[in-house]
Amino acid sequence: MAAAAEVTFLEALRQGLWEEMERDDRVFILGEDVGLYGGAFKVTEGFTKRFGESRVIDTPISEAAIVGAAAGAAHMGLRPVAEMQFIDFISCAYDMLTNYVATARYRAGLSTPMVVRGPCGGYVRGGPFHSQNPEAAFLHTPGLKIVYPATARDAKGLIKSSIRDEDPVLYLEHKWLYRRIKEQLPEGEEILTPIGQARMAREGKHLSIISYGATLWKSLEAADKLEKEDGVSVEVLDLRTLLPLDDAAIVATVKKTNKVLIVHEDTRTGGIAGEIAARINEQAFEWLDGPIMRVTAHDVPLPYAPTLEDFVLPQTDDIVKAARWLAKY
Amino acid sequence: MALPATRPTAAVPAGAALSADQLLEIYYYLRLTRTLEERLVALYRQTKVIGGLFRSLGQEGESVASAYALERGRNQDILSPLIRNLGSLLVMGAQPIEILRQYMAKAGSPTHGRELNVHFNDLEQGYLGQISHLGDMIPVMAGIALSFKLRGEPRVGLVYIGDGGTSTGTFHEGLNLAAVQRLPLVVMGEYNHWAYSTPPEKQFAVKDLAEKAKGYGIPAVTVDGNDVFAVYEATRFAVERARRGKGVHFIEVKTYRRKGHAEHDDQHYVPKDVLELWSKSNDPVDRFTQRVLAADMVAEADLKDIDDRVRVEVDQATDACVNEPLPEGETALPGVYVDPPSADTLWFKSL
Repeated sequence: MAAAAEVTFLEALRQGLWEEMERDDRVFILGEDVGLYGGAFKVTEGFTKRFGESRVIDTPISEAAIVGAAAGAAHMGLRPVAEMQFIDFISCAYDMLTNYVATARYRAGLSTPMVVRGPCGGYVRGGPFHSQNPEAAFLHTPGLKIVYPATARDAKGLIKSSIRDEDPVLYLEHKWLYRRIKEQLPEGEEILTPIGQARMAREGKHLSIISYGATLWKSLEAADKLEKEDGVSVEVLDLRTLLPLDDAAIVATVKKTNKVLIVHEDTRTGGIAGEIAARINEQAFEWLDGPIMRVTAHDVPLPYAPTLEDFVLPQTDDIVKAARWLAKY
Repeated sequence: MALPATRPTAAVPAGAALSADQLLEIYYYLRLTRTLEERLVALYRQTKVIGGLFRSLGQEGESVASAYALERGRNQDILSPLIRNLGSLLVMGAQPIEILRQYMAKAGSPTHGRELNVHFNDLEQGYLGQISHLGDMIPVMAGIALSFKLRGEPRVGLVYIGDGGTSTGTFHEGLNLAAVQRLPLVVMGEYNHWAYSTPPEKQFAVKDLAEKAKGYGIPAVTVDGNDVFAVYEATRFAVERARRGKGVHFIEVKTYRRKGHAEHDDQHYVPKDVLELWSKSNDPVDRFTQRVLAADMVAEADLKDIDDRVRVEVDQATDACVNEPLPEGETALPGVYVDPPSADTLWFKSL
């Protein structure tokens, strides 16, 4: 039995990147300050020393060029991992990702195996431009995949699977989880989390919460509280992959508990919860014993002051109250 | 109205180092480009072309000459053509029947009816099709050149951008990244005087596109785009320089778009006398022909043979594909990803 070391979410991600670069010399990293500095959050610290400047490329502040150059290199058989210093800046590469990268295989048979990754999410007082969750902006883009790990194990397993995938993958890593989440990961184990499969994070009987990322942990906290204080048994499904969605896992939990609360940190209108609700409506309408409800951020840009941010973003207590309301429905 | 300036600044050795066979080959591609486009006009008028038709009339010279300066063959240099670079695509080995099928959206076209006109690729053969978002191919071709550099391959990328396209953000980001990384990339800036209906003075405040490249520390030269020899020489120099690891080079070709943006556009905004001047006294194919004949570099009969051969080839290609079927609707679903292999057919299709 291999020894298990406790690693943070960030260290697990780092390990995954490192292992893939060791395994496959086609893998290289490009982004802003990723080289000697090691990245704004130190995800690539030490990589230049091990892999050299040609495989850990510091770029100008040019997100569209980073993604475009990654695509060109990927066409030629390399496996680029492009870092967005904060995922908020991925909007600068929106054209390149949605028009060029996502369509490449379909329109022209071009292979574009590449990963675009970066720190996302709030709860860290980052203000409007260092806290975003851009998944919904890319959800309706056929040709992209979107993964959003919540655990250290999946942080590692999904970066490795993303790098090995034959198609472009957006890998969203929540910075609130970077050093807050720790997990024992057996040394020497090859962890490959399959893309497209949700994870049962907590079994329950009375009500299902579907979530991902930081709010997955807040949902689990809420579930414990509901169990203790109300005797309500809450199931929690961790989506892990947002595109493609795991319809089977979503429908299975609906059929089991018959009540669904969808929780995400992104804003409400046009958020992924709407898409999930539509799928449940189409595939499991008769199984519902109550309306599909959403707990999300309010529809405002994310403000800076702690009091404002705490109000706007979904908190554990919000989830508890919403679940309580739904359980009584 | 004065002829808009083409100000050749590159010193071009007369005749360049091209053999008679090479000159005939260049002539073949010039003639093929023009004849194929004329055929497409006929097909467009017969409503056989599904979408728009984009001419490169007047720009065939720079397209053919620049591509001809590359190493061609399997896994050699790679270029990315724009809509008015049909000539460069043909030089790299794309077949007339592929172009015809693309325009007519045939099931058997290189993209199986999914994409238009010259938007298709064969990377092994050395061409990468554009998308419609101008400027985007600069970073992508920088990435291709980056792969050459990382692997230590002596290969070069070449990418075209129009005068209007140099106003985009991706053009600047891509050019700058390529410059910083000293990538083996040649950028052809095509000053053809019109971005759809917008003239250069409404597009940028510099006189020459070359000035933009110089702002990124990239050597840049301005050449007469309708002089096949000048474009070939300038490109050859830039390509070999890039191949030796000296980094990006920018070549501005001054030329003129003699048709509207697309076939539907009557170009009423272009002064008629200017058009006539370019047509009568500065056509790249005429100039090439006159020069090679005047210098006795090739025989007139050889050019005539090529004209005949091109006509036959275009006729045969047209006959072979004009009645081919369009793709079946259901074939729209596969191939977005490797996994899953196909998008789902929606429920209402089986009602």
